[in-house]
Amino acid sequence: MAPVTFLEAIRQAMFEEMAADPRVVLIGEDVGVYGGAFKTSEGLLEKFGWERVIDTPISESAIIGAACGMSYLGLRPIAEMQFIDFIACCFNQLTNFVAKGHYLWNAPAPIVVRGPSGGGVHGGPFHSLNPEMYFLHTPGFKIVYPSTPYDAKGLLKSAIRDNNPVLFFEHKFLYRRIKEEIPSDDYTVPLGKAIVRREGKHLTILSYAAMMLTSLEAAEALAKEGIEAEVIDLRTLLPLDEETILNSVKKTNKCLVVHEDTKTGGIAGEISAILFEKAFHDLDGPLVRVASLDTPVPYAPTLEEAFLPNAQKVFTAARDLARF
Amino acid sequence: MPASETPVKPQKLARQQYLDLYYYMRLNREVEDAMTNLFRQNKIVGGLYASLGQEAISVGTAYALEKRDWMAPMIRNIGALLVKGVPPRDIFTQHMAKYTSPTKGKDGTSHFGDLDNLHIVSPISMLGDLIPVMTGVAMAGRYLGQKIVTMTWIGDGGSSTGVFHEGLNLAASQKAALVLILENNLWAYSTPVRRQVPLENLADRAKAYGISSYIVDGNDVVAVYTTAKAAVERARAGEGPILIEAKTFRRRGHAQHDPAEYVPKDQRSFWEKRDPITLYEAFLTKEKLLDAEGKKEIEHKIHSLLEKEREFAENSPMPPPETAAQGVYCTGPECHNIQPKWERPVDELLPPKSSVEPVWIVEGFGRGVSSSRGAAAPIHFGDVPPAAVSPEKDAAPIKPMKKPAPPPVKKSASRKPAKKGGR
Repeated sequence: MAPVTFLEAIRQAMFEEMAADPRVVLIGEDVGVYGGAFKTSEGLLEKFGWERVIDTPISESAIIGAACGMSYLGLRPIAEMQFIDFIACCFNQLTNFVAKGHYLWNAPAPIVVRGPSGGGVHGGPFHSLNPEMYFLHTPGFKIVYPSTPYDAKGLLKSAIRDNNPVLFFEHKFLYRRIKEEIPSDDYTVPLGKAIVRREGKHLTILSYAAMMLTSLEAAEALAKEGIEAEVIDLRTLLPLDEETILNSVKKTNKCLVVHEDTKTGGIAGEISAILFEKAFHDLDGPLVRVASLDTPVPYAPTLEEAFLPNAQKVFTAARDLARF
Repeated sequence: MPASETPVKPQKLARQQYLDLYYYMRLNREVEDAMTNLFRQNKIVGGLYASLGQEAISVGTAYALEKRDWMAPMIRNIGALLVKGVPPRDIFTQHMAKYTSPTKGKDGTSHFGDLDNLHIVSPISMLGDLIPVMTGVAMAGRYLGQKIVTMTWIGDGGSSTGVFHEGLNLAASQKAALVLILENNLWAYSTPVRRQVPLENLADRAKAYGISSYIVDGNDVVAVYTTAKAAVERARAGEGPILIEAKTFRRRGHAQHDPAEYVPKDQRSFWEKRDPITLYEAFLTKEKLLDAEGKKEIEHKIHSLLEKEREFAENSPMPPPETAAQGVYCTGPECHNIQPKWERPVDELLPPKSSVEPVWIVEGFGRGVSSSRGAAAPIHFGDVPPAAVSPEKDAAPIKPMKKPAPPPVKKSASRKPAKKGGR
């Protein structure tokens, strides 16, 4: 099989799930005739028709509300946010209605809310968001943020088949920058499981999404200096795979978290608390964070570069931690 | 388009229908009276929101639905719940936070639903969110081949939310079989409708969505029912969503704690003289549908039912504390085996046979061209030239360190107790 892009992997996941299961429908802005602003749904309207590929008005709350209502009759809607930044427009519908339904009145909402997220492509302050932490604090969601085409396809399939609302974030920097051969048969990647991308013994680097590329690049450079970093891709942020994190930190005794989300209130803080609670005696150094600046995502390339973590910043932080 | 459509002509109902409407309005009021007593005895742990004087709307609208249809009430639509088949004990136990309540004490008031049998979607406190949800229910119903209608309610206050607009606009653009009851009770908490909305008739909001609307006297249960029935039939026939403004008055405060002194006394007494149950009793008596005997029988039936239901609720336990941590996630098919009820041949959909051409046709101008170009199609942001697919090319090379780092020293485990002891 020819290698496929991250974008194509997502398109394939939706296409295959819709082909196999008539309960799966797609709803969002410009998803039908246009095939999505990023072409993730290209070809779906042709194949599945107007009933299952639904172009909507610019109404994020209505998209989420309608997807949720459809799920109550047994469908499995995929709701697309054209840019994940717009998920802020339907925050209430998601956090107060969708997320609380199962706990409060035994109403599962098997919907997937997916869309392009993240920076590094000069999208500016309203097209570059990493929204995970707005929702990590809301019980009821699962949150997925893949970093490879294989995972994107396998995790999206799992998300569609899951009975809970899943927020599926697609880092747009990865859409066409990475390619990988993926199996042609139907496979899934389980939600809630992290994966060790590179084994090492001197420190653990935890990351996800586009920062995986950065972290792996830094790990390569560290290896040349004799520092073996174990690099873990979290993949699912909620529920978080504590076991894989703890197993690694118990081995390396040091932990660096790299995320593209802004630093204050980012997931590194949560991981830090987990390590203090459950691996205090295993730590031989401070938990170190490499994250974006605590500002909106700036537009100019020089500013955005300063804002984002990069391999150099990860390398330096990891080296200092290894020496600690 | 007229401000709203000609009122639906009064129709003669079957005797039993007249009596049903009476029974449910009385039941609605008696349930709420019983809850007021429970509230005064501190047996209702949270808020209590009354629908006194608005019973004709809850009952008359819900009575127009069939069993297969779906509803999502507002907090005050106790009558709609009763008509759809919710037993009064569920309403008592909900308010009293009992383990036997539909939400097992996880939420109170009318915040509960039943997806499997009664087809009720739970309300939440944020108003308007149910409009797109019930639009989605209607869309899924159509897709599955079910001939269902969905109904939800909104107040004069809730009609100013953003999601009211988003939801009704989506419903209109989808021609969803949604009937929206806009219950104009003239007050949103303490703010009069005239300070919220610069419209004489809130039904005029329908114009913005190109949909039909009716205005009805919300204190006339027969008018409410016949109007709702007409709307439900039109929605079921595929005419799209319909808005009904039911004009009424909220006779109690926003909730039990609120004496509503901001309401002019004359306004209150004007509406007290228009009590929907008193008006309907006069009608039934005049039409010889109900006599003193019949009324007594209904009252006896309601009282003995509510006595049992209230006792059940009072004797029910509070939820065990350990259940607080349970139920955030659906754990899988053993928790919920979610299956739609197909009422069309699924063969139509499997394997997919569609061959839609992805183009728009603009009236008077013809067709656009499909933008399908597969992997070559331009994307909104962050595209890279096909040659530059390696991420390394985007990144600056990592600066080598001035001197090689010493091999990281793994601190010995024996230091740990000392570290701990040192604090």
